[in-house]
Amino acid sequence: MRVLLLALAVAAVAAAAPAEIAPGDRRSGYDFAGPESRAMQDDDTANPGMLGVLQGEGLWATKAGGADRSCADCHGNARTSMKGVAARYPALEPAVGSLLDLEERINRCRGEHQGAAPFAWESEDLLALTAFVAYQSRGLPIAVRGDGELQSFVDLGSELFHRRQGQLNLSCSQCHDDNWGKRLAGAVIPQAHPTGYPVYRLEWQSLGSLQRRLRNCMSGVRAEPYEYGAPEAVALELYLMARARGMALETPAVRP
Amino acid sequence: MDERSPDPPTRRLVLFGAAGSGLALYAPPAAASPAAMDEAIRALVGEATVKRGRVKLELPPIVENGNTVPLTVTVDSPMNEADHVSAIHIFNEKNPQPYVAAFGLGPQAGRAAVSTRIRLADSQQVVAIARLSDGSFWSDSADVIVTLAACAEG
Amino acid sequence: MARVLINLPARARRGEIIEIKTLIAHPMETGYRLGPTGAAIPRDIIKRFLCTYNGEEVFRAELFPAIAANPFIAFFTVATESGEIVFSWTDDHGETQTEVRQITVE
Repeated sequence: MRVLLLALAVAAVAAAAPAEIAPGDRRSGYDFAGPESRAMQDDDTANPGMLGVLQGEGLWATKAGGADRSCADCHGNARTSMKGVAARYPALEPAVGSLLDLEERINRCRGEHQGAAPFAWESEDLLALTAFVAYQSRGLPIAVRGDGELQSFVDLGSELFHRRQGQLNLSCSQCHDDNWGKRLAGAVIPQAHPTGYPVYRLEWQSLGSLQRRLRNCMSGVRAEPYEYGAPEAVALELYLMARARGMALETPAVRP
Repeated sequence: MDERSPDPPTRRLVLFGAAGSGLALYAPPAAASPAAMDEAIRALVGEATVKRGRVKLELPPIVENGNTVPLTVTVDSPMNEADHVSAIHIFNEKNPQPYVAAFGLGPQAGRAAVSTRIRLADSQQVVAIARLSDGSFWSDSADVIVTLAACAEG
Repeated sequence: MARVLINLPARARRGEIIEIKTLIAHPMETGYRLGPTGAAIPRDIIKRFLCTYNGEEVFRAELFPAIAANPFIAFFTVATESGEIVFSWTDDHGETQTEVRQITVE
């Protein structure tokens, strides 16, 4: 009898623990996209996201702000100076002690070192420059760690990922941990790894950020989406990147 | 409201020749429908018969997102001065307009093959019609299922 | 000037059939989308694409709102002589953007 009770207790605890995808089972959204979308991503001369990367390359060399400086003036050739950067974001900004994603980091640079006004969230210029910077890390493994100083932020992100929300009362985890690979209406549910951001989403017919995609998810479950730059949004980005640690960046990815 | 002006016919690239006139006719039909598509095709070919064959229209049978659908159309043709494809027209039956695109080619193309990306508002049939240098019309069609993206804005 | 990606070989053999891929940044606003006030956002598309090779037209496309944003057009042409291949895109306002590429044919 004692053994049976113990077994039931263990089973109950196991059932309550969040089901995570085993590291060996992790797959990029690329693998869940159709062959046409994959072909679009694979050809740099036909990938619409590359138009944004091209635009970003132009912005990189453009002087801006009161200091009349371009990114290149400090950072030189992005291919070397930005290599690996996108793979480590979101990151803590020591000067302010807050978590910044790549878009915010770029805007901080603009303000601090160029004396220029920040790009608006989701503006074409910000997406282009972010895509150009992230493109320099294409092929590199995501290197965000969720420990040490970042632990509290990752914990918040994890809690948000596993929390039921919205009128549909669904958590991210229920679709993306428990039901990936299955279909939601006509679409295959991916595992939600941010391997290709900013991404050219066919639904948007443009590049878009991870935060925009998360807002779409939240609309999907009929929850109030986080404002751009909200601490919850960045914490969730951090959690997702840490969850995808080791997977290769594909920016600019093409997704439906 | 006709937003397009007629193309003057050139020696090689007469894109839109309503039979007997050489002017393009583009009063957009009132609503999208298979009938509108037929009417648009009729405006293009006039009384000529459109034969099936020689044209291959490739579209994904199930489309992940109707906003961007890769399309490739090829026509079996030697593409020489005597025998070539002059134009390829693409039509659809359920978008607001039946016209998708028209491509002008000639013997200098070497190969009658064009790829582009189109928008499809709903599951529907897409038709490609090729006009050959001898004035004949050939066609192919494809039936496409368009799915909605998961979790979009608003 | 909209961003453009053009893929064609820099060199080819005489008589070789080469593939040219073009991609241009443009929203291709259909004229059917409703804006925040409920009124339709006016149509604004690239309506014509032209390719000439040493001055002679080799390919043309008439585009309609059913062409996806950031229009991608791939086609073929015979490499005849060295020279200039010129691409132009014309929009609803009659404005044309032109790109020139060189090709060496041996």
